[in-house]
Amino acid sequence: MSDTHAQTVAFVRETQIPPAPPPASETGVVKWLRENLFSNAANSALTIVALAAIYMVLSNILPWVLNGVWTTSSLAECREVLQGKTGACFSVLTERWNQLLYGFKYPGDQYWRPNLALVLFLVAAAPVLFFDLPRKLLAFTAVYPFLAFWLIWGGTLMVPVVALLGFVAAAAVFQRFGKSSFAIGFFGAIAVALAVWLIGGELIPEGASEDAWLSPVPSRDLGGFMLNMMLGVTCVSLSLPLGIALALGRQSDMPLIKWICVIFIEFVRGVPLITLLFVASVMLAYFFPPESTVDLFLRVVIMITMFSAAYIAEVIRGGLAALPKGQYEAADSLGLDYPQAMRLIILPQALKISIPGIVNVAVGLFKDTTLVSVISMFDLVGMIRGPILASTEWNGVYWELLGFAALLFFVVCYGISQYSQWLERRLATDHH
Amino acid sequence: MSTLTDPPAEGFRLSMLINDTRYRSLTFQVIAAIVLALCIWYLGNNLIQNLRAAGLNISYTFLGDSAGYDINQTLVEYDSQSSHARAALVGLLNTLLVAFLACITATIFGVIAGVLRLSNNWLVSKLMAAYVEIFRNIPVLIWIIIIFTIMTAVLPGPRAFRGDDATASMLFDSFAFTNRGIYTPMPWFENGIFASTAMNWLLILGGFALSWGVAHQINVWANHKQEATGVRPKTLLPILAAWLVPFLALTLIMGLTWEYPELRGFNFSGGIKVGGPLIALWFALSIYTGAFIAENVRAGIQAVSKGQTEAASALGLRPRRVMNLVVLPQALRVIIPPLISQFLNITKNSSLAIAVGYADITATLGGITLNQTGRAIECVLLLMLFYLTASLVISMVMNVYNASVKLKER
Repeated sequence: MSDTHAQTVAFVRETQIPPAPPPASETGVVKWLRENLFSNAANSALTIVALAAIYMVLSNILPWVLNGVWTTSSLAECREVLQGKTGACFSVLTERWNQLLYGFKYPGDQYWRPNLALVLFLVAAAPVLFFDLPRKLLAFTAVYPFLAFWLIWGGTLMVPVVALLGFVAAAAVFQRFGKSSFAIGFFGAIAVALAVWLIGGELIPEGASEDAWLSPVPSRDLGGFMLNMMLGVTCVSLSLPLGIALALGRQSDMPLIKWICVIFIEFVRGVPLITLLFVASVMLAYFFPPESTVDLFLRVVIMITMFSAAYIAEVIRGGLAALPKGQYEAADSLGLDYPQAMRLIILPQALKISIPGIVNVAVGLFKDTTLVSVISMFDLVGMIRGPILASTEWNGVYWELLGFAALLFFVVCYGISQYSQWLERRLATDHH
Repeated sequence: MSTLTDPPAEGFRLSMLINDTRYRSLTFQVIAAIVLALCIWYLGNNLIQNLRAAGLNISYTFLGDSAGYDINQTLVEYDSQSSHARAALVGLLNTLLVAFLACITATIFGVIAGVLRLSNNWLVSKLMAAYVEIFRNIPVLIWIIIIFTIMTAVLPGPRAFRGDDATASMLFDSFAFTNRGIYTPMPWFENGIFASTAMNWLLILGGFALSWGVAHQINVWANHKQEATGVRPKTLLPILAAWLVPFLALTLIMGLTWEYPELRGFNFSGGIKVGGPLIALWFALSIYTGAFIAENVRAGIQAVSKGQTEAASALGLRPRRVMNLVVLPQALRVIIPPLISQFLNITKNSSLAIAVGYADITATLGGITLNQTGRAIECVLLLMLFYLTASLVISMVMNVYNASVKLKER
């Protein structure tokens, strides 16, 4: 057979050619570049435009950042040091660091208190955020709000202890009676907590705060990024249970409860946060008893909590609606009553679906805490626009300060959204 | 022989209010009603006592009083002698103006960024991802302040445009970017048909409505023809003519001319002045919300499964018709509802105007009027009423749209 070939073909290869490496344009960096950046003319043009844009931004910002001055004590000195070169005057950050973080009135020798509260917050938040940690740590999380209140505001230890005792008593009553009848346990717990707080409030002597171990700090002395963090953490954690209650109420068969929830949610979602803050600053005081003085921080917390609770309620309603009807029916057929079905079957699944939405609301809320600067509270933005930019030393240092604020918010918000993505992957129990 | 009888009727026991499902929901609702009534009574009582102690009452007569403050950017006639109600109206129109402008530009930014983020170009898609992440994760208030600072601290003052050694110059001799605002040429009519400019513009708008109707008719006619004969007549030129002829005719008759801004004395005059606060708010809102819209657009496009595109191509549709007839209608169903709620967010976020001194309704009614008259409750209630109405109208539009594009299930 091969003889016929031998006459027509000069050479027949009898072994396989060893595999050759792909051509240079089809491998490695070059291939990647060709496929991703220069696949056709339009694509190449886009790449060049994008490169030009990046160059423009970096060529303006990099020298400014790298030439930055960190050690002067006023803008005029900065300009002297720079002598006309472009460069940032970051010394405003180092010189006003404490004001940016704690506001301008928090007593300087007490900064360790908010710092400690922040560290403890990380410890308290850890078991909530990461399920692998031992569950016993949650006990510290439960105590943390009272501890943080005491650390930041100072004053007598009696106030947070009485508040904590009220909750402990309520929990005990609920444990005792909640098993047999949810309603009795629930209302009994509320009654007991109120009783403990009333009696405890009478027991705390007048002026106990004056010579307390931690000197008292009034709310109006709080400020800076600390204020943003406090508002964000407090309002998100308060609005979660409220939001769940509102969402369940909106799904309820009882028309009165349903309509109360619908009107509340739609009303709050229909108005901007600013108007609610106006309510907190100028209007809410009219609705408290005449002789009482409720400080602005608490009024703002009430309004922001209502605001975010309405949004969280809508997110959770979405989660509840997304559950297949079979889940509700299965819970019913097991003979579970409403609280049990919600606690054991419905809410764990609905909340899991709602996590991305809840995190979105939390991030949005944290960003919105900057709005309190409009009603003249000195949060980070309020500090920058108010005392710092108005001072003679730093009048005109816009970019360093605004950039710092933007960076701080970016780091926190981006971190939260990354955590939520991790959590979603972690909680995904369906297998694809 | 035994007969079946009903079990003896049980008497009503008090515990049945909680334990019997027939009565339980009624019990809870009665309790809720009582608690609600108590709350309202308590708060109302406090309000009445506080108002009496402060010597105040609830009345809206202050709206008729002279406002006594000036507003730098107004769409309707206003001076400091006008009433508070007029000031509120000016603010309301300003809110609607900035919300309308920002909705349009935010949509443009969002669509561009959302589409580019899905681009095959690695660099561009990463750049757009960076844009979205940076703008979504920084408070809009900070963006508004940053852009307002660019407007006031970086742009030159009108003085810089003067003299032979001017350090700043106008773009195309017609646009001036100053720290007081941007001046652009203003179109006006030399011999308008109506006396008022607004009526003339309405006439132009009417002309466009006419064009739209004619173009629509041409399309209908072309469709009929195509169905009857199989050949679609060329419609490009007639449609172009339908759009251009009425507009050109109207502008020629009325003598459209442009009034250019000029530097007179210490400031520019003539042309349209778009104030710095308006620009800052407009641009910041659009670029911030654009980042959110970009994500919605991306999600919408990705929601259309690849099989749809492939099926359409397999039917022999050209890429453009695949986009227009198959992908877009399905993607829009996903994109539009969140897009409209972003518009709602823009309207609500426009209340941050107060931070840069743009006279929207929050700054006039909720700001200066409130501080001057001390009528906190009335002002805040009116303010909330306005925003509630606005958001109810917008969500009504959304519901109508949702109903119209809902999948028709049989």
